[in-house]
Amino acid sequence: METLLILMLLPPLAGAAVNGVLGRRLPQAAISLIGCGAAGFSMLFALLCAWTYSISAAQPAPFIHSYFTWIEAGSLRADYALYYDRLTLVMTVTVTVVAFLIHLYSRGYMQHEGGYYRFFTYLNLFLFMMLTLVTAANYPLMFVGWEGVGLCSYLLIGFYFRRPAAADAGKKAFIVTRIGDAGFAVGVALLFWTFGSLNFQETFGRIIALPAGEMQGTMTAVGLLLFLGAVGKSAQIPLYVWLPDAMEGPTPVSALIHAATMVTAGVYLVARSSPIYSHAPQALQVVAVIGCVTAFFAATIALTQNDLKRMLAYSTISQLGYMFIGCGVGAFAAGIFHLMTHACFKSLLFLAAGSVMHALDGELDMRKMGGLRRKMKTTFLTFFIATLAISGVPGLSGFFSKDEILAGAYEGPLGQPWLYWLGAFTAGLTALYMFRGLFLTFFGKSRLTPDLEHHVHESGSKMTVPLLVLALFSIVAGDVSWPKAFGGSESFDRYLEPVFKPSEDSLRAFAPSAAHGPGSDALMIFALLFAGLGILVAYWFYLRSTRLPALLAERFSLLYNTLLHKYYVDEFYDWLIVRPLRVGSEKLLWQECDVGAIDGVMVNGTAKLVDDAGGFLRRIQSGNIRSYASWVLLGATVWLAYVLWPR
Amino acid sequence: MLILFYVCAVLAVLAALSVVAQRTPIYSALSLIVVLCALAVVYLLLDAEFIAVIQVIVYAGAIMVLFVYVIMLLNAGREEPSQRSRMARWLGAPLLAAFLVEILIAVWNQFPAGNSRPAGVLNAGPAAIGHLLFRNYVLPFEATSILILVAIMGAVVLAKREF
Amino acid sequence: MIPIAHVLALSVALFVIGAAGFVFRKNIITVFMCIELMLNAVNLAFIGFSRYLGNLDGHLFVFFVIVVAAAEASVGLAIIIALNRNRDSLNIDDLDSMKM
Repeated sequence: METLLILMLLPPLAGAAVNGVLGRRLPQAAISLIGCGAAGFSMLFALLCAWTYSISAAQPAPFIHSYFTWIEAGSLRADYALYYDRLTLVMTVTVTVVAFLIHLYSRGYMQHEGGYYRFFTYLNLFLFMMLTLVTAANYPLMFVGWEGVGLCSYLLIGFYFRRPAAADAGKKAFIVTRIGDAGFAVGVALLFWTFGSLNFQETFGRIIALPAGEMQGTMTAVGLLLFLGAVGKSAQIPLYVWLPDAMEGPTPVSALIHAATMVTAGVYLVARSSPIYSHAPQALQVVAVIGCVTAFFAATIALTQNDLKRMLAYSTISQLGYMFIGCGVGAFAAGIFHLMTHACFKSLLFLAAGSVMHALDGELDMRKMGGLRRKMKTTFLTFFIATLAISGVPGLSGFFSKDEILAGAYEGPLGQPWLYWLGAFTAGLTALYMFRGLFLTFFGKSRLTPDLEHHVHESGSKMTVPLLVLALFSIVAGDVSWPKAFGGSESFDRYLEPVFKPSEDSLRAFAPSAAHGPGSDALMIFALLFAGLGILVAYWFYLRSTRLPALLAERFSLLYNTLLHKYYVDEFYDWLIVRPLRVGSEKLLWQECDVGAIDGVMVNGTAKLVDDAGGFLRRIQSGNIRSYASWVLLGATVWLAYVLWPR
Repeated sequence: MLILFYVCAVLAVLAALSVVAQRTPIYSALSLIVVLCALAVVYLLLDAEFIAVIQVIVYAGAIMVLFVYVIMLLNAGREEPSQRSRMARWLGAPLLAAFLVEILIAVWNQFPAGNSRPAGVLNAGPAAIGHLLFRNYVLPFEATSILILVAIMGAVVLAKREF
Repeated sequence: MIPIAHVLALSVALFVIGAAGFVFRKNIITVFMCIELMLNAVNLAFIGFSRYLGNLDGHLFVFFVIVVAAAEASVGLAIIIALNRNRDSLNIDDLDSMKM
């Protein structure tokens, strides 16, 4: 089993190394063979690991293996050790399958872009880092993966580095997530200080053994700090501002990193650290509230965006909010379930958008699209399926996962009604903006420019095959867990029970009187109502009375403009943080400290001091003999006095 | 005996002051000769017969004659007062006074009430000096002979008119 | 007989007078003579101690001092003659080329 794990991790790393070093001289076919092959082998071994683990006698206990000692400093000991349990299984399978499909898609998409080998190098490296993140058995190793995916994100966002916007977006992503990473690091340090170990097995074991409510202060602090890291990486309020700008990167990057995998690392962190959160209900409350508010907030912005990819980016932020709602109310399994389904349909949405972009020679403004369903049948079909999934239409995967989260929001250990209502309303908004996107892009009269009209065509099979596979997953991924209402057994929840049960039990101690609401059937119906309403509104606005949106925008122009400009948050951050930092750095740190103090006082000042002292002392050597004689006399007198002085 | 010593001491001091205070170098030279002779008498009083005679012959008789020759050769006249060393001007007198006082204090502490050990008559005649010179101090003796040789050559070379 | 303290006091007095002359006089030859005065003061001290301790080594020291003083005087005066030839001045303050 341990070899299988390593074999899962190794191909992407090797692929990145080979493509990175030799790629420049290799033909495209070789590069994509190495890149996709690495991803493919990784997926294969991930599935093998899953199978081996599932039939092994020890499961559901986690499989932990330490390969070699990595850090041994004082009392801190962090090995290169991998941890495999059911949660890891879910994550690795999701990540590798989606990554493999996206690698295949990139073969077609990136064919005519420059830097083909660079792309696959970074993509493989990313896969390796992400797998390290989810299989790590201690926080330091996880942090390595965490930082690694951040690095690859930066490299891939700024892939077209000659474009200033892309370079800036890369920097923005890295710097904003850094704030979160600082929180992560401090949280880990605090954890180490409290427990003396950063090993999952040891630390979590000790925490679970504590009686409920014990060490609440420390646990809350750690929980909040780790969540800060998650906020940065998973683009929640207030650190979400980098994700929309990250759309400057190539579309496969947006699909893989900013929809399916890296941004979900935050959710994984919270889920993995569930024992810590089980003793810190206030921290979980914060998680749920931020998740819910972010979901709503991002959905409102998505309503007005005209750029297809940006709309999808805000949609990702919103859906990530849902996952955090799930974790925040104690329904960790629901959050992970949504992570899995979201990976399928969101990456599909992005890849389909990429297909559209490809056909329209880079055009992304939905106002300039329309009627594409006639010309790009496969893309339209898959996009439509994904839209149904994300809107929570029954039968597709998104419905199951979203429903579980909303149920947990109402009835979970820390659930509260208002979370449910806002979440359900946001589901309606989700359906609205997604169908808006669908209608604007694929329906109605064509608003394309004349030369594009002739150019538009369906993408090649290299791109459409992955689309179709992902569409299939988007449909069936939910079948792993039919809700009770349909007579199902909620088997996903049950499946992850060994991982999360201890934490959920500890949490129940804090919420003895969970709100007993109308029952899960009614909850589901309400959510469906909201979603249906959203679809209807979208149909009316964008297919029937197509002038209505513009009229409304004029009527409520203040609201419209605020949403269009994303609540002016970027401008606010610029005023609050970026501007003062820049001025401070230039005026203060550069001028005063560097030039003034260091150059002036320390470097030049010392030299001047020595120079002046020398100049002063030089005057003793005057050449005047009488002066010399006087000095000798002085010396003799002083010395004599010293010697003769009575002790 | 003691009275003679004090007389010679006073004479020496006065002559020394004259050496330092006179404007014309030739007068200083002559005063220095007086000092040397006074000191020779004191040496005699201190049982240093050989040294006293050497002092008169070599020091007063040869070295001072040399000085007088050079003074006359260079036609050194009166000197005008000038002072270019700040150090000497301000600190000179106080330093000298301090120095004097220090050593007098040291001397007085070391030899209170000025006793003199009657160490018996010291045989300091030429024979005794010679014994010591050519046995214990033969190395410095040889060295000084070389020194004198070098000095002679140096003086001749330095004072030549053309090279 | 003759108290050693008085002998030393005379020696010190002569030495300080010589030093004073060295510091305050301008003419090179006068300064040189003050140096000789200081040497003589030291000689007196040696003789005094020699008498006090009953040791003849002090006389030998004085002997050598006189010899060296002779050599030094001759060479020194030769230098002064050469200097006077070049600078045409016997002022010690004019001889300051060895400055920084």
